[in-house]
Amino acid sequence: MESLREASWNALVLLFTGDTELWTIVAISFSVSLRAILMATPFALCVAFALSHLHFPGRKFLISLFNTLLALPAVIVGLTVYMLLSRNGPLGDWKLLFTQTAMIIGQFILCFPLLVAVSHSAFKAADQRVWESARTLGAKPWQAMLTLMYEVRFGLLAAILAGFGRVIAEVGSSMMVGGNIANYTRNIPTAIALETSKGAFAQGIALGLVLLLAALLLNIFLSFFQEKGGTPQ
Amino acid sequence: MCCESNHSTTIKQPDVLFSTSALRILAAILCIWLLIPVSMAETPKSDSVIRLATTTSTDSSGLLKHLIPSYQSETNDIVHVIAVGTGKALRLLREGDVDVVLVHARSAEERLIQEGYGVNRKDVMYNDFVIVGPRHDPAQIRANPNAAQALRQIMMGKHAFISRGDDSGTHKKETSLWKQLGLTPVGRWYREAGQGMGRVLQMASELDAYTLTDRGTWLAYLAKSPLEILVQGDQHLFNPYGIIAVNPQKYPDANYKGANRFIRWITSLKGQQMIGRFAINGKQLFIPMAMTQRAQVSEP
Repeated sequence: MESLREASWNALVLLFTGDTELWTIVAISFSVSLRAILMATPFALCVAFALSHLHFPGRKFLISLFNTLLALPAVIVGLTVYMLLSRNGPLGDWKLLFTQTAMIIGQFILCFPLLVAVSHSAFKAADQRVWESARTLGAKPWQAMLTLMYEVRFGLLAAILAGFGRVIAEVGSSMMVGGNIANYTRNIPTAIALETSKGAFAQGIALGLVLLLAALLLNIFLSFFQEKGGTPQ
Repeated sequence: MCCESNHSTTIKQPDVLFSTSALRILAAILCIWLLIPVSMAETPKSDSVIRLATTTSTDSSGLLKHLIPSYQSETNDIVHVIAVGTGKALRLLREGDVDVVLVHARSAEERLIQEGYGVNRKDVMYNDFVIVGPRHDPAQIRANPNAAQALRQIMMGKHAFISRGDDSGTHKKETSLWKQLGLTPVGRWYREAGQGMGRVLQMASELDAYTLTDRGTWLAYLAKSPLEILVQGDQHLFNPYGIIAVNPQKYPDANYKGANRFIRWITSLKGQQMIGRFAINGKQLFIPMAMTQRAQVSEP
């Protein structure tokens, strides 16, 4: 059994010697998760906005529902999507099981409640006068909504980053609906699971490092934006 | 929050905001969003993709990595390997979610064919199962010619044993050995891991426990383990691998032609020779058996 130090060292060597297999996995991971988050964001923001500014029956219930769904285990999402997409399932004709699209669907469902919940609280925390003034100044509702979104953009950005953090690191749903197919649906978390099961710890740690590095870059990016937003004071 | 400092600006000049930043951001998001379907269309065409469900032993030993690039370069097919336990693989075939399976559980394979879910079953190769355990061998099963008796000794002494517990081919083999003994393993010494072979070997190494493994995964894992082979050579430990195509009558839209192309290739002289040549640290992992005579010759 290789020691932790040895495995980490080998991991760094793998990373910086341009191991193509490793970088393919990284690319797949980011492409799938980015697509999932980009598709979920517009819907989630609209839902969050509706929950915070429109009054309709069942609103309170929906808010609790989305908050509850934050605890949704990835494997359950995986299993549900799997059963829907299986050829015997209701959506079997789409032939999507074991494709990247299936992974995107799973990740979409996983990040949606998180996006809604976090951006909902961002909308809630916004100064209500923004909405009112925009409306008074003759903005149409959708224009006022955009203004409000612009006002709380850092909160929304945080929601997106949190959602991305959840999907880029989840293994349960991707493994189940993606099938961990090399060069196609093998992303960072499923590859880590596979390499660990083979006892190839260096590969696993290398992939873990990429994941951490990505998280670090995202956070630096976020704090850069927040500082920029803070300067006009 | 930063927004509070900003709202006064907004109220003074809302028009500027509508026309510039907010709209620009929205436009950017929309553009990216609209581009997504284009990138999704890049997934391979389904008629050239063969979905192969297989056991973890063929995948994690590296055999498929050795075979598939060569097959793909000879044909225009792309093989998607989904490595799961044998039980799950057969289930995927039964439900039409894959086109072909490469598994090792003879009786379950035959049942599937009888039920009409699989066709064109061919023997591909074999190796054997071995019982591995700690070097000091507390149950004293070393060199026992009878695998079932060895398991009985482990049970009697309540020595730690890790079972796959995942309905894989290896697990089915282990269950059949217990059935042969008429015993039901229960107790703290018997641990069902529910994980792949590599993970179970790791657990056995860490816990100084016994386990049943296929020789292929064992050889691939050998260098990282303090365990040793203790029991081998029992005829009950024979481990044949078969390949089965999806039944096109049950699932007309499955890639039956591709499945058959792959079956023909893996049982051809070329495929069989490549299987025979596959070795880890100079040790052959699988013995080809699609061409029976050749299999006899190369038997160790």
